[in-house]
Amino acid sequence: MSSIGTGYDLSVTTFSPDGRVFQIEYAAKAVDNSGTVIGIKCKDGIVMGVEKLISSKMMLPGSNRRIHAVHRHSGMAIAGLAADGRQIVTRAKSEATSYEKVYGEPIPVKELAERVASYVHLCTLYWWLRPFGCGVILGGYDRNGPELYMVEPSGVSYRYFGAAIGKGRQAAKTEIEKLKLSELTCRQGVIEVAKIIYGVHDEAKDKAFELEMSWVCEESNCQHQKVPDDLLEEAKAAAKAALEDMDDD
Amino acid sequence: MAQSFEVPNGHSVEEHDLERTLNPYVTGTSVIGLKYKDGIILAADTGGSYGSTLRYKSVERIKPIGKHSLLGASGEISDFQEILKYLDELIIYDNMWDDGNSLGPKEVHNYLNRVMYNRRNKFDPLWNSLVLGGVKNGQKYLGVVNMIGTHFEDDHVATGFGNHLARPILRAEWHADLSFEEAVKLVEKCLLVLLYRDRSAINKFQLAKITEEGTTIYPRYSLKTFWGFSAFQNPTKGAVGSW
Repeated sequence: MSSIGTGYDLSVTTFSPDGRVFQIEYAAKAVDNSGTVIGIKCKDGIVMGVEKLISSKMMLPGSNRRIHAVHRHSGMAIAGLAADGRQIVTRAKSEATSYEKVYGEPIPVKELAERVASYVHLCTLYWWLRPFGCGVILGGYDRNGPELYMVEPSGVSYRYFGAAIGKGRQAAKTEIEKLKLSELTCRQGVIEVAKIIYGVHDEAKDKAFELEMSWVCEESNCQHQKVPDDLLEEAKAAAKAALEDMDDD
Repeated sequence: MAQSFEVPNGHSVEEHDLERTLNPYVTGTSVIGLKYKDGIILAADTGGSYGSTLRYKSVERIKPIGKHSLLGASGEISDFQEILKYLDELIIYDNMWDDGNSLGPKEVHNYLNRVMYNRRNKFDPLWNSLVLGGVKNGQKYLGVVNMIGTHFEDDHVATGFGNHLARPILRAEWHADLSFEEAVKLVEKCLLVLLYRDRSAINKFQLAKITEEGTTIYPRYSLKTFWGFSAFQNPTKGAVGSW
């Protein structure tokens, strides 16, 4: 689905004749080529999961975190260029801290998503900056309950029940749509997310991967944290079992 | 030429003084801390004085910091609130790593020391004496830091009047491995002396303990006092001109 930009794709400040900004689309390709990241909104919170592709057997498990806490009550999972992602996370952390300093309450997730989105958009306006090559899935629990947002390299941000970015996003979205999210608790959601990620992982193209998951829910006291180890192991086991069932068919 | 202003309390203040703390306004009095068998106990009254007036009678001067520490403050209450804000930021930043590690009392005490000392060097101190106690990995820690940046660690500490009235009692009667009940009795003995002799103390106390398991801050309570001494009966007998 590639259109040749020829000449209109050299700068992010150039529109093509049919109204596209190619540099932003190329930035989105960087996201599409990274490991799958999904987020779902369950009835009592948010669950996010990342298919962390391992490039070298020498890497320590648990390193290269892709999911970061932004404040007590919210976190972000990044797909795409990891270094670009770190920059966005740092900015989000500082926005969250300054909001709390000024207004005395934790930043509402909607406000945080807007701030992250306008920061990402900023970098698509000037020729001396390049767009961020990452997509962000932002999940948090504020006084309006749990909310899930996705921010794309173009700077658009929408609120979702379920979102997926990266390599396996099409397959992941199909699986998420099958879930009855309004009836799932986060505990069950963790198992489902693990199954989906194991399901969309392409054994042929990419060798090893590590599953990283986090949640914000009533069980975690509305704090964003890594899914507890025992639940993570349970989810991985269930996911592997589901894969085997599928292979048997 | 430094410009002079007339401020409401009648003092004349120069322009460069408007950017620094000159005097404290709402202050808390002594805080006492001591180590016992399972951890640390901190105690303080809940009074906030506005000069010589006991204006606020329910000020919480002891707060938990993170998972492993308790902070007690005497001195300017607004500066204490600001310190709590700084520490809150520090703890959130530490929690966001989500890596199983957390700041212990020694680290928090060191951070406070840096903050207090650097402010003093700018001639704009946070007008407090702070007691920081906690337990991490079985290690008990109890330290003090004050507005000029002086800091130290000990088995029992106090701020303000507590240094003069409570420390001597603690020096005589503290010993290692006090049980919780013994420690509370010792602290209450000190608090009672402070209540009788410190004019800014009130009879409403906050007692807090921290152990490896966590923090407990007890509900406010009062101590029984005795005023029935013979010298207090008929106070005007023999005094010429009183009623």
